[in-house]
Amino acid sequence: MKSVIAESLVKTYKNGEVKALNNLSLDVEEGTVLGVLGPNGAGKTTLVRILATLLKPDSGRASVGGIDVIKNPDKVREIIGLSGQYAAVDEILTGYDNLVMFGELYHLGKKQAVARAEELLERFSLTDSAKRPIKTYSGGMRRRLDLAASLIVRPKVLFLDEPTTGLDPRGRLEMWGVIEDLVKGGTTLLLTTQYLEEADQLADEIAVIDNGTVIARGTSDALKKQVGGEKLEIVVNAENLMKTQEIVARVTGNKTTIDEGLRLISAPVTLGSNALIETLRELDSAGIHPLDVGLKRPSLDDVFLTLTGHAAEVKEEAK
Amino acid sequence: MSAVQDIRVITQRQLRLLTRVPEVLIFSTIQPVMFVLLFRFVFGGSISTGQPGGYVQLLMPGIFVQTVAFTLAGTASGLAEDLKKGLIDRFRSLPISQSALVVGRTLGDSMLNIVVLVVMALAGLAVGWRPSSGIVKVLIGFVFLFMFGYALSWVGIFVGLSVADARVVQNVGFIVTFPLTFLSNAFAPTTGMPRVLQYFAEWNPVSTMVAGCRELFGLKNIFGATAGSFPSENPLLMSAIYMGVIMLIFIPLSIRKYKNSSN
Repeated sequence: MKSVIAESLVKTYKNGEVKALNNLSLDVEEGTVLGVLGPNGAGKTTLVRILATLLKPDSGRASVGGIDVIKNPDKVREIIGLSGQYAAVDEILTGYDNLVMFGELYHLGKKQAVARAEELLERFSLTDSAKRPIKTYSGGMRRRLDLAASLIVRPKVLFLDEPTTGLDPRGRLEMWGVIEDLVKGGTTLLLTTQYLEEADQLADEIAVIDNGTVIARGTSDALKKQVGGEKLEIVVNAENLMKTQEIVARVTGNKTTIDEGLRLISAPVTLGSNALIETLRELDSAGIHPLDVGLKRPSLDDVFLTLTGHAAEVKEEAK
Repeated sequence: MSAVQDIRVITQRQLRLLTRVPEVLIFSTIQPVMFVLLFRFVFGGSISTGQPGGYVQLLMPGIFVQTVAFTLAGTASGLAEDLKKGLIDRFRSLPISQSALVVGRTLGDSMLNIVVLVVMALAGLAVGWRPSSGIVKVLIGFVFLFMFGYALSWVGIFVGLSVADARVVQNVGFIVTFPLTFLSNAFAPTTGMPRVLQYFAEWNPVSTMVAGCRELFGLKNIFGATAGSFPSENPLLMSAIYMGVIMLIFIPLSIRKYKNSSN
Protein backbone atom coordinates (compact mmCIF):
# COMPACT_ATOMS: atom_id res chain seq x y z
CA MET A 1 0.00 0.00 0.00
CA LYS A 2 1.13 3.51 -0.73
CA SER A 3 1.24 5.72 2.36
CA VAL A 4 2.01 8.90 0.48
CA ILE A 5 0.87 9.75 -3.01
CA ALA A 6 1.53 12.98 -4.86
CA GLU A 7 0.10 13.37 -8.33
CA SER A 8 1.05 16.11 -10.77
CA LEU A 9 1.60 18.72 -8.07
CA VAL A 10 2.11 22.25 -9.33
CA LYS A 11 2.92 25.19 -7.11
CA THR A 12 4.05 28.59 -8.24
CA TYR A 13 5.04 31.61 -6.22
CA LYS A 14 5.09 35.31 -6.96
CA ASN A 15 2.19 35.14 -9.42
CA GLY A 16 3.57 32.31 -11.42
CA GLU A 17 7.07 33.67 -11.81
CA VAL A 18 8.72 31.03 -9.67
CA LYS A 19 7.68 27.49 -10.36
CA ALA A 20 8.47 25.60 -7.18
CA LEU A 21 6.76 22.37 -8.19
CA ASN A 22 6.35 21.51 -11.81
CA ASN A 23 4.05 18.53 -12.26
CA LEU A 24 5.69 16.54 -9.51
CA SER A 25 4.49 13.00 -8.83
CA LEU A 26 5.82 10.47 -6.36
CA ASP A 27 4.70 7.94 -3.81
CA VAL A 28 6.01 6.20 -0.72
CA GLU A 29 5.32 2.56 0.05
CA GLU A 30 4.05 1.99 3.59
CA GLY A 31 6.82 1.30 6.09
CA THR A 32 9.61 2.46 3.82
CA VAL A 33 11.87 5.50 3.66
CA LEU A 34 11.87 7.69 0.60
CA GLY A 35 14.73 10.11 0.34
CA VAL A 36 13.88 13.19 -1.71
CA LEU A 37 17.19 14.45 -2.91
CA GLY A 38 17.79 17.74 -4.57
CA PRO A 39 19.66 21.01 -4.36
CA ASN A 40 18.33 24.10 -2.62
CA GLY A 41 15.41 25.53 -4.52
CA ALA A 42 14.51 22.22 -6.16
CA GLY A 43 11.11 22.24 -4.47
CA LYS A 44 11.71 19.87 -1.57
CA THR A 45 10.33 22.10 1.14
CA THR A 46 7.32 23.07 -0.94
CA LEU A 47 6.56 19.39 -1.47
CA VAL A 48 6.76 18.64 2.25
CA ARG A 49 4.62 21.65 3.13
CA ILE A 50 1.92 20.53 0.73
CA LEU A 51 1.95 16.95 2.02
CA ALA A 52 1.86 18.20 5.61
CA THR A 53 -1.21 20.36 4.84
CA LEU A 54 0.61 23.65 5.37
CA LEU A 55 0.33 24.78 1.78
CA LYS A 56 -2.20 24.23 -0.96
CA PRO A 57 -0.95 23.28 -4.41
CA ASP A 58 -2.13 25.23 -7.46
CA SER A 59 -3.14 21.96 -9.02
CA GLY A 60 -2.62 18.24 -8.59
CA ARG A 61 -3.63 15.84 -5.88
CA ALA A 62 -1.97 14.39 -2.82
CA SER A 63 -2.94 11.93 -0.15
CA VAL A 64 -1.32 10.72 3.05
CA GLY A 65 -2.45 7.43 4.59
CA GLY A 66 -5.19 7.33 2.00
CA ILE A 67 -6.58 10.72 3.09
CA ASP A 68 -6.74 13.64 0.69
CA VAL A 69 -4.54 16.45 2.02
CA ILE A 70 -6.49 19.19 0.30
CA LYS A 71 -10.02 18.05 1.13
CA ASN A 72 -9.34 16.65 4.57
CA PRO A 73 -6.34 18.39 6.12
CA ASP A 74 -7.57 17.90 9.70
CA LYS A 75 -7.68 14.13 9.30
CA VAL A 76 -4.22 14.13 7.75
CA ARG A 77 -2.84 16.13 10.67
CA GLU A 78 -3.92 13.36 13.03
CA ILE A 79 -1.60 10.81 11.45
CA ILE A 80 1.48 12.81 10.47
CA GLY A 81 4.52 14.14 12.20
CA LEU A 82 6.54 17.00 10.75
CA SER A 83 9.98 18.20 11.55
CA GLY A 84 11.23 21.07 9.46
CA GLN A 85 14.48 22.69 8.49
CA TYR A 86 14.47 24.82 11.56
CA ALA A 87 13.87 23.45 15.00
CA ALA A 88 10.27 24.56 15.33
CA VAL A 89 10.01 24.46 19.06
CA ASP A 90 9.59 27.20 21.57
CA GLU A 91 13.08 28.47 22.32
CA ILE A 92 12.15 30.14 25.55
CA LEU A 93 10.41 27.15 27.07
CA THR A 94 12.31 24.13 28.35
CA GLY A 95 12.48 20.88 26.43
CA TYR A 96 10.12 19.32 28.91
CA ASP A 97 7.60 22.19 28.71
CA ASN A 98 7.63 22.03 24.93
CA LEU A 99 6.85 18.35 24.79
CA VAL A 100 4.14 18.57 27.44
CA MET A 101 2.59 21.54 25.63
CA PHE A 102 2.51 19.72 22.30
CA GLY A 103 1.24 16.58 24.03
CA GLU A 104 -1.64 18.56 25.47
CA LEU A 105 -2.34 20.10 22.08
CA TYR A 106 -2.57 16.55 20.73
CA HIS A 107 -5.20 16.05 23.45
CA LEU A 108 -3.31 13.41 25.37
CA GLY A 109 -4.41 14.82 28.69
CA LYS A 110 -1.97 16.32 31.15
CA LYS A 111 -0.92 13.05 32.77
CA GLN A 112 -0.27 11.23 29.54
CA ALA A 113 1.39 14.26 28.00
CA VAL A 114 3.84 14.31 30.91
CA ALA A 115 4.50 10.57 30.65
CA ARG A 116 5.05 10.78 26.90
CA ALA A 117 7.34 13.80 27.27
CA GLU A 118 9.51 11.93 29.77
CA GLU A 119 9.60 8.87 27.55
CA LEU A 120 10.69 10.86 24.51
CA LEU A 121 13.29 12.87 26.41
CA GLU A 122 14.77 9.61 27.63
CA ARG A 123 14.74 8.06 24.18
CA PHE A 124 16.49 11.03 22.58
CA SER A 125 19.04 11.36 25.39
CA LEU A 126 17.70 14.72 26.47
CA THR A 127 16.68 13.89 30.02
CA ASP A 128 19.62 15.77 31.51
CA SER A 129 18.71 18.97 29.68
CA ALA A 130 14.95 18.57 30.00
CA LYS A 131 14.60 21.50 32.38
CA ARG A 132 16.74 23.91 30.41
CA PRO A 133 15.33 26.40 27.90
CA ILE A 134 15.79 25.28 24.30
CA LYS A 135 17.90 28.32 23.53
CA THR A 136 20.71 26.79 25.60
CA TYR A 137 20.65 23.59 23.49
CA SER A 138 23.17 22.72 20.81
CA GLY A 139 21.95 22.48 17.23
CA GLY A 140 21.85 18.70 17.39
CA MET A 141 19.88 18.70 20.64
CA ARG A 142 17.35 21.12 19.19
CA ARG A 143 16.78 18.94 16.18
CA ARG A 144 16.36 15.90 18.38
CA LEU A 145 13.82 17.71 20.50
CA ASP A 146 12.05 18.90 17.38
CA LEU A 147 11.94 15.34 16.12
CA ALA A 148 10.66 14.18 19.51
CA ALA A 149 7.86 16.76 19.27
CA SER A 150 6.80 15.35 15.93
CA LEU A 151 6.64 11.83 17.38
CA ILE A 152 4.35 12.53 20.32
CA VAL A 153 1.36 10.69 18.90
CA ARG A 154 3.36 8.02 17.06
CA PRO A 155 2.58 9.28 13.58
CA LYS A 156 1.92 6.80 10.79
CA VAL A 157 3.77 8.99 8.35
CA LEU A 158 6.66 11.20 9.22
CA PHE A 159 8.02 14.08 7.16
CA LEU A 160 11.54 15.26 7.85
CA ASP A 161 12.59 18.29 5.87
CA GLU A 162 16.38 18.42 5.78
CA PRO A 163 16.77 17.01 9.28
CA THR A 164 20.52 17.53 9.43
CA THR A 165 21.05 20.75 7.49
CA GLY A 166 23.28 23.01 9.50
CA LEU A 167 24.42 20.34 11.96
CA ASP A 168 28.06 19.58 12.60
CA PRO A 169 29.28 16.09 11.65
CA ARG A 170 28.74 14.76 15.14
CA GLY A 171 25.21 16.12 15.33
CA ARG A 172 24.52 14.64 11.93
CA LEU A 173 25.71 11.19 12.97
CA GLU A 174 23.58 11.34 16.12
CA MET A 175 20.57 12.35 14.09
CA TRP A 176 21.14 9.55 11.62
CA GLY A 177 21.25 7.06 14.48
CA VAL A 178 17.98 8.38 15.85
CA ILE A 179 16.29 8.25 12.44
CA GLU A 180 17.57 4.73 11.75
CA ASP A 181 16.12 3.52 15.05
CA LEU A 182 12.86 5.15 14.22
CA VAL A 183 12.59 3.53 10.84
CA LYS A 184 13.18 0.10 12.33
CA GLY A 185 9.89 0.62 14.13
CA GLY A 186 8.11 0.65 10.78
CA THR A 187 7.29 4.35 10.44
CA THR A 188 6.78 5.50 6.87
CA LEU A 189 9.22 8.32 6.30
CA LEU A 190 9.64 10.92 3.63
CA LEU A 191 12.93 12.65 4.14
CA THR A 192 14.32 15.51 2.10
CA THR A 193 17.99 16.20 1.94
CA GLN A 194 20.60 17.91 -0.12
CA TYR A 195 23.25 15.56 1.20
CA LEU A 196 23.78 12.71 -1.16
CA GLU A 197 25.33 10.48 1.46
CA GLU A 198 22.41 11.08 3.77
CA ALA A 199 19.93 9.74 1.24
CA ASP A 200 22.27 6.86 0.62
CA GLN A 201 22.50 6.10 4.32
CA LEU A 202 18.86 6.41 5.37
CA ALA A 203 16.58 5.85 2.41
CA ASP A 204 15.24 2.64 0.89
CA GLU A 205 14.48 4.52 -2.27
CA ILE A 206 15.60 7.86 -3.60
CA ALA A 207 13.71 10.35 -5.71
CA VAL A 208 16.01 12.92 -7.26
CA ILE A 209 14.24 16.21 -7.88
CA ASP A 210 15.39 19.23 -9.76
CA ASN A 211 13.41 22.31 -10.77
CA GLY A 212 10.27 21.03 -9.14
CA THR A 213 10.03 17.66 -10.78
CA VAL A 214 11.28 14.12 -10.20
CA ILE A 215 14.08 13.36 -12.61
CA ALA A 216 15.00 9.92 -11.36
CA ARG A 217 13.71 7.38 -8.94
CA GLY A 218 15.05 4.12 -7.60
CA THR A 219 17.21 2.49 -4.99
CA SER A 220 20.58 4.01 -4.39
CA ASP A 221 22.19 1.07 -6.17
CA ALA A 222 19.88 1.32 -9.16
CA LEU A 223 20.58 5.03 -9.50
CA LYS A 224 24.29 4.40 -9.37
CA LYS A 225 23.96 1.75 -12.05
CA GLN A 226 22.13 4.21 -14.23
CA VAL A 227 25.24 6.31 -14.27
CA GLY A 228 27.55 3.49 -15.14
CA GLY A 229 29.38 0.66 -13.53
CA GLU A 230 32.47 0.48 -11.40
CA LYS A 231 35.76 2.12 -12.13
CA LEU A 232 39.20 0.83 -11.37
CA GLU A 233 41.43 3.54 -9.98
CA ILE A 234 45.16 3.28 -9.42
CA VAL A 235 47.59 5.87 -8.13
CA VAL A 236 51.27 5.35 -8.91
CA ASN A 237 54.53 7.27 -8.88
CA ALA A 238 54.91 9.68 -11.76
CA GLU A 239 57.64 7.65 -13.51
CA ASN A 240 55.36 4.59 -13.69
CA LEU A 241 52.36 6.42 -15.07
CA MET A 242 52.69 5.42 -18.73
CA LYS A 243 53.62 1.83 -17.99
CA THR A 244 50.68 1.43 -15.63
CA GLN A 245 48.30 2.89 -18.14
CA GLU A 246 49.38 0.30 -20.65
CA ILE A 247 48.73 -2.51 -18.20
CA VAL A 248 45.34 -1.19 -17.16
CA ALA A 249 44.29 -0.76 -20.77
CA ARG A 250 45.36 -4.26 -21.62
CA VAL A 251 43.68 -5.90 -18.63
CA THR A 252 40.39 -4.03 -18.76
CA GLY A 253 40.20 -3.75 -22.52
CA ASN A 254 38.72 -0.29 -22.01
CA LYS A 255 39.76 3.27 -22.60
CA THR A 256 41.72 4.68 -19.67
CA THR A 257 41.95 8.19 -18.40
CA ILE A 258 44.90 9.75 -16.69
CA ASP A 259 44.89 12.55 -14.19
CA GLU A 260 48.54 13.58 -14.22
CA GLY A 261 48.21 15.91 -11.28
CA LEU A 262 46.84 13.18 -9.04
CA ARG A 263 48.90 10.53 -10.89
CA LEU A 264 45.62 8.64 -11.11
CA ILE A 265 44.74 6.15 -13.81
CA SER A 266 41.17 5.02 -14.10
CA ALA A 267 39.17 2.80 -16.38
CA PRO A 268 35.66 1.43 -16.40
CA VAL A 269 35.52 -2.27 -15.59
CA THR A 270 32.87 -4.92 -15.90
CA LEU A 271 34.06 -7.59 -13.52
CA GLY A 272 35.62 -5.33 -11.01
CA SER A 273 37.36 -7.68 -8.62
CA ASN A 274 38.81 -9.85 -11.37
CA ALA A 275 40.21 -6.85 -13.16
CA LEU A 276 41.62 -5.57 -9.90
CA ILE A 277 43.46 -8.79 -9.09
CA GLU A 278 44.71 -9.22 -12.62
CA THR A 279 45.98 -5.66 -12.79
CA LEU A 280 47.80 -5.96 -9.48
CA ARG A 281 49.44 -9.17 -10.60
CA GLU A 282 50.65 -7.52 -13.81
CA LEU A 283 51.88 -4.45 -11.95
CA ASP A 284 53.74 -6.67 -9.49
CA SER A 285 55.54 -8.55 -12.21
CA ALA A 286 56.44 -5.21 -13.81
CA GLY A 287 57.91 -4.13 -10.50
CA ILE A 288 55.44 -1.27 -10.01
CA HIS A 289 54.07 -0.68 -6.53
CA PRO A 290 50.82 1.30 -6.61
CA LEU A 291 50.35 3.96 -3.95
CA ASP A 292 46.63 3.51 -3.89
CA VAL A 293 44.35 1.15 -5.63
CA GLY A 294 40.63 0.57 -5.55
CA LEU A 295 37.33 -0.04 -7.18
CA LYS A 296 35.09 2.95 -7.12
CA ARG A 297 31.35 2.84 -7.51
CA PRO A 298 29.79 6.09 -8.68
CA SER A 299 28.72 8.38 -5.84
CA LEU A 300 25.35 10.00 -5.75
CA ASP A 301 27.20 13.16 -6.70
CA ASP A 302 28.06 11.49 -9.97
CA VAL A 303 24.43 10.43 -10.28
CA PHE A 304 23.25 13.96 -9.84
CA LEU A 305 25.73 15.30 -12.29
CA THR A 306 24.76 12.76 -14.92
CA LEU A 307 21.03 13.27 -14.43
CA THR A 308 20.89 17.02 -14.32
CA GLY A 309 23.91 17.96 -16.32
CA HIS A 310 24.98 20.18 -13.47
CA ALA A 311 26.41 19.54 -10.04
CA ALA A 312 24.15 19.74 -7.01
CA GLU A 313 24.43 23.48 -7.11
CA VAL A 314 22.86 25.82 -4.65
CA LYS A 315 20.13 28.05 -6.00
CA GLU A 316 18.20 30.64 -4.17
CA GLU A 317 15.60 28.84 -2.13
CA ALA A 318 12.12 29.60 -3.35
CA LYS A 319 9.95 30.48 -0.40
CA MET B 1 -14.65 21.30 24.83
CA SER B 2 -11.30 20.46 23.37
CA ALA B 3 -11.11 23.94 21.84
CA VAL B 4 -11.32 25.40 25.35
CA GLN B 5 -8.46 23.13 26.39
CA ASP B 6 -6.40 24.23 23.41
CA ILE B 7 -7.04 27.88 24.21
CA ARG B 8 -5.95 27.25 27.79
CA VAL B 9 -2.73 25.53 26.72
CA ILE B 10 -1.77 28.36 24.37
CA THR B 11 -2.75 31.06 26.86
CA GLN B 12 -0.56 29.33 29.41
CA ARG B 13 2.26 29.18 26.92
CA GLN B 14 2.05 32.95 26.30
CA LEU B 15 2.03 33.59 30.04
CA ARG B 16 4.88 31.20 30.68
CA LEU B 17 7.01 33.17 28.24
CA LEU B 18 6.65 36.07 30.67
CA THR B 19 7.93 34.10 33.62
CA ARG B 20 10.78 32.64 31.56
CA VAL B 21 11.84 36.00 30.17
CA PRO B 22 11.16 38.33 33.09
CA GLU B 23 12.77 41.14 31.09
CA VAL B 24 9.64 41.36 28.94
CA LEU B 25 7.46 41.91 31.97
CA ILE B 26 9.94 44.26 33.61
CA PHE B 27 10.39 46.46 30.56
CA SER B 28 6.74 46.47 29.59
CA THR B 29 6.12 47.78 33.11
CA ILE B 30 9.03 50.19 33.40
CA GLN B 31 8.09 52.07 30.26
CA PRO B 32 4.57 53.10 31.32
CA VAL B 33 5.71 53.84 34.84
CA MET B 34 8.39 56.06 33.36
CA PHE B 35 5.70 57.82 31.32
CA VAL B 36 3.64 58.36 34.47
CA LEU B 37 6.57 59.94 36.27
CA LEU B 38 7.82 62.01 33.33
CA PHE B 39 4.46 63.42 32.32
CA ARG B 40 3.40 63.94 35.89
CA PHE B 41 6.44 66.00 36.77
CA VAL B 42 7.36 67.54 33.38
CA PHE B 43 3.94 68.66 32.13
CA GLY B 44 1.98 68.45 35.35
CA GLY B 45 3.17 71.85 36.47
CA SER B 46 2.36 73.71 33.27
CA ILE B 47 -0.99 72.25 32.19
CA SER B 48 -3.85 73.66 34.16
CA THR B 49 -6.85 71.44 34.39
CA GLY B 50 -9.26 73.42 36.46
CA GLN B 51 -10.14 70.28 38.35
CA PRO B 52 -9.21 69.13 41.83
CA GLY B 53 -6.21 66.83 41.99
CA GLY B 54 -4.42 68.41 39.07
CA TYR B 55 -2.96 67.02 35.86
CA VAL B 56 -2.17 63.56 37.17
CA GLN B 57 -5.90 62.75 37.41
CA LEU B 58 -6.32 63.39 33.68
CA LEU B 59 -2.97 61.89 32.78
CA MET B 60 -3.46 58.43 34.31
CA PRO B 61 -6.34 57.34 32.06
CA GLY B 62 -4.31 58.59 29.09
CA ILE B 63 -1.30 56.50 30.01
CA PHE B 64 -3.42 53.47 30.81
CA VAL B 65 -4.93 53.58 27.34
CA GLN B 66 -1.60 54.24 25.65
CA THR B 67 -0.08 51.27 27.44
CA VAL B 68 -2.80 48.79 26.52
CA ALA B 69 -2.64 50.09 22.94
CA PHE B 70 0.92 48.80 22.77
CA THR B 71 -0.47 45.27 23.09
CA LEU B 72 -0.85 45.55 19.33
CA ALA B 73 2.90 45.77 18.82
CA GLY B 74 3.60 43.09 21.43
CA THR B 75 1.29 40.53 19.85
CA ALA B 76 2.46 41.40 16.36
CA SER B 77 6.17 41.05 17.05
CA GLY B 78 5.75 37.89 19.14
CA LEU B 79 3.78 36.27 16.37
CA ALA B 80 6.23 37.37 13.68
CA GLU B 81 9.03 35.88 15.74
CA ASP B 82 7.26 32.52 16.06
CA LEU B 83 6.43 32.59 12.39
CA LYS B 84 10.06 33.10 11.48
CA LYS B 85 11.20 30.25 13.68
CA GLY B 86 8.75 27.84 12.11
CA LEU B 87 6.83 27.39 15.35
CA ILE B 88 3.61 28.47 13.68
CA ASP B 89 4.09 25.75 11.07
CA ARG B 90 4.29 23.19 13.81
CA PHE B 91 1.13 24.53 15.44
CA ARG B 92 -0.59 24.47 12.09
CA SER B 93 0.39 20.85 11.50
CA LEU B 94 -1.40 19.81 14.70
CA PRO B 95 -4.85 18.23 14.49
CA ILE B 96 -6.52 21.00 16.47
CA SER B 97 -8.73 23.99 15.85
CA GLN B 98 -6.45 26.66 14.45
CA SER B 99 -8.74 29.42 15.73
CA ALA B 100 -8.12 28.16 19.25
CA LEU B 101 -4.42 28.87 18.78
CA VAL B 102 -5.04 32.48 17.87
CA VAL B 103 -7.61 33.03 20.59
CA GLY B 104 -5.22 31.59 23.18
CA ARG B 105 -2.51 33.84 21.92
CA THR B 106 -4.54 37.06 22.11
CA LEU B 107 -5.77 36.11 25.58
CA GLY B 108 -2.30 35.35 26.87
CA ASP B 109 -0.85 38.55 25.44
CA SER B 110 -3.67 40.66 26.87
CA MET B 111 -3.21 39.16 30.31
CA LEU B 112 0.19 40.78 30.47
CA ASN B 113 -1.79 44.01 30.64
CA ILE B 114 -3.33 43.02 33.96
CA VAL B 115 0.07 42.98 35.63
CA VAL B 116 1.18 46.15 33.89
CA LEU B 117 -2.01 48.03 34.75
CA VAL B 118 -1.73 47.06 38.42
CA VAL B 119 1.86 48.27 38.62
CA MET B 120 0.96 51.51 36.83
CA ALA B 121 -2.01 52.10 39.10
CA LEU B 122 0.29 51.72 42.11
CA ALA B 123 2.78 54.14 40.57
CA GLY B 124 -0.10 56.54 39.87
CA LEU B 125 -1.33 56.33 43.43
CA ALA B 126 2.19 57.08 44.63
CA VAL B 127 2.33 60.32 42.65
CA GLY B 128 -1.10 61.59 43.58
CA TRP B 129 -3.64 59.81 41.38
CA ARG B 130 -6.90 59.53 43.34
CA PRO B 131 -9.89 58.18 41.42
CA SER B 132 -12.98 59.50 43.16
CA SER B 133 -15.75 57.33 41.77
CA GLY B 134 -15.62 54.29 44.00
CA ILE B 135 -14.18 50.85 43.51
CA VAL B 136 -16.89 49.44 41.21
CA LYS B 137 -16.61 52.15 38.60
CA VAL B 138 -12.82 52.04 38.74
CA LEU B 139 -12.91 48.29 38.17
CA ILE B 140 -15.29 48.74 35.23
CA GLY B 141 -12.75 51.21 33.85
CA PHE B 142 -10.05 48.54 34.06
CA VAL B 143 -12.32 46.01 32.36
CA PHE B 144 -12.70 48.52 29.51
CA LEU B 145 -8.92 48.92 29.37
CA PHE B 146 -8.39 45.17 29.29
CA MET B 147 -10.95 44.73 26.52
CA PHE B 148 -9.36 47.51 24.49
CA GLY B 149 -6.00 45.76 24.71
CA TYR B 150 -7.65 42.50 23.76
CA ALA B 151 -9.33 43.99 20.70
CA LEU B 152 -6.06 45.55 19.56
CA SER B 153 -4.25 42.28 20.07
CA TRP B 154 -6.36 40.94 17.19
CA VAL B 155 -5.11 43.78 15.03
CA GLY B 156 -1.64 42.75 16.20
CA ILE B 157 -2.21 39.22 14.87
CA PHE B 158 -3.06 40.67 11.49
CA VAL B 159 -0.07 43.02 11.47
CA GLY B 160 2.28 40.25 12.63
CA LEU B 161 1.13 37.91 9.88
CA SER B 162 1.18 40.62 7.22
CA VAL B 163 4.61 42.01 7.94
CA ALA B 164 6.23 38.85 9.28
CA ASP B 165 9.62 40.34 10.10
CA ALA B 166 9.86 40.86 13.84
CA ARG B 167 12.01 43.99 13.64
CA VAL B 168 9.83 45.62 11.01
CA VAL B 169 6.73 44.61 12.95
CA GLN B 170 8.02 46.44 16.01
CA ASN B 171 8.36 49.59 13.92
CA VAL B 172 4.98 49.18 12.25
CA GLY B 173 3.48 48.73 15.70
CA PHE B 174 4.96 52.03 16.83
CA ILE B 175 3.98 53.81 13.64
CA VAL B 176 0.40 52.72 14.17
CA THR B 177 0.16 53.31 17.89
CA PHE B 178 2.18 56.51 18.38
CA PRO B 179 0.06 58.84 16.26
CA LEU B 180 -3.06 57.24 17.60
CA THR B 181 -2.06 57.85 21.19
CA PHE B 182 -0.68 61.36 20.66
CA LEU B 183 -3.35 62.62 18.26
CA SER B 184 -5.80 62.23 21.07
CA ASN B 185 -6.87 63.82 24.31
CA ALA B 186 -4.61 61.50 26.29
CA PHE B 187 -1.89 63.99 27.31
CA ALA B 188 -3.02 67.46 26.36
CA PRO B 189 -6.19 69.28 25.36
CA THR B 190 -7.07 68.78 21.73
CA THR B 191 -8.17 72.43 21.53
CA GLY B 192 -4.64 73.49 20.64
CA MET B 193 -4.49 71.27 17.54
CA PRO B 194 -5.24 72.36 13.96
CA ARG B 195 -8.88 71.93 13.09
CA VAL B 196 -8.48 68.75 11.02
CA LEU B 197 -6.50 67.05 13.73
CA GLN B 198 -9.08 68.07 16.29
CA TYR B 199 -11.73 66.12 14.41
CA PHE B 200 -9.41 63.19 14.11
CA ALA B 201 -8.63 63.36 17.81
CA GLU B 202 -12.29 63.65 18.69
CA TRP B 203 -13.20 60.43 16.85
CA ASN B 204 -9.98 58.63 17.68
CA PRO B 205 -10.77 55.46 19.66
CA VAL B 206 -7.91 56.33 21.99
CA SER B 207 -9.68 59.59 22.84
CA THR B 208 -13.02 57.93 23.47
CA MET B 209 -11.30 55.33 25.64
CA VAL B 210 -9.46 58.01 27.60
CA ALA B 211 -12.57 60.12 27.97
CA GLY B 212 -14.55 57.06 29.01
CA CYS B 213 -12.00 56.09 31.66
CA ARG B 214 -11.92 59.65 32.98
CA GLU B 215 -15.67 59.48 33.32
CA LEU B 216 -15.45 56.14 35.15
CA PHE B 217 -12.71 57.46 37.43
CA GLY B 218 -14.94 60.40 38.40
CA LEU B 219 -13.55 63.24 36.26
CA LYS B 220 -14.96 65.60 33.71
CA ASN B 221 -13.23 65.14 30.38
CA ILE B 222 -12.08 68.67 29.70
CA PHE B 223 -9.49 67.72 27.10
CA GLY B 224 -12.04 67.50 24.28
CA ALA B 225 -12.29 70.20 21.64
CA THR B 226 -15.52 69.85 19.78
CA ALA B 227 -17.70 69.58 22.81
CA GLY B 228 -21.13 68.27 22.05
CA SER B 229 -19.97 65.84 19.36
CA PHE B 230 -21.26 62.29 19.68
CA PRO B 231 -17.98 60.67 20.75
CA SER B 232 -17.28 63.30 23.37
CA GLU B 233 -20.80 63.04 24.77
CA ASN B 234 -20.88 59.21 24.75
CA PRO B 235 -17.29 58.09 25.13
CA LEU B 236 -18.04 54.74 26.75
CA LEU B 237 -20.66 53.78 24.21
CA MET B 238 -18.41 54.91 21.41
CA SER B 239 -15.46 52.93 22.85
CA ALA B 240 -17.60 49.82 23.10
CA ILE B 241 -18.69 50.29 19.49
CA TYR B 242 -15.08 50.72 18.38
CA MET B 243 -13.99 47.57 20.19
CA GLY B 244 -16.90 45.66 18.71
CA VAL B 245 -16.09 46.87 15.22
CA ILE B 246 -12.38 46.14 15.59
CA MET B 247 -13.10 42.61 16.73
CA LEU B 248 -15.81 42.01 14.14
CA ILE B 249 -13.37 42.96 11.42
CA PHE B 250 -10.11 41.61 12.73
CA ILE B 251 -11.11 38.33 14.37
CA PRO B 252 -12.32 36.71 11.14
CA LEU B 253 -9.66 38.49 9.09
CA SER B 254 -6.80 37.45 11.37
CA ILE B 255 -8.01 33.87 11.74
CA ARG B 256 -8.32 33.52 7.99
CA LYS B 257 -4.90 34.98 7.47
CA TYR B 258 -3.47 32.69 10.13
CA LYS B 259 -4.95 29.61 8.51
CA ASN B 260 -3.55 30.58 5.14
CA SER B 261 -0.25 31.85 6.44
CA SER B 262 2.84 30.19 5.24
CA ASN B 263 6.34 31.02 6.14
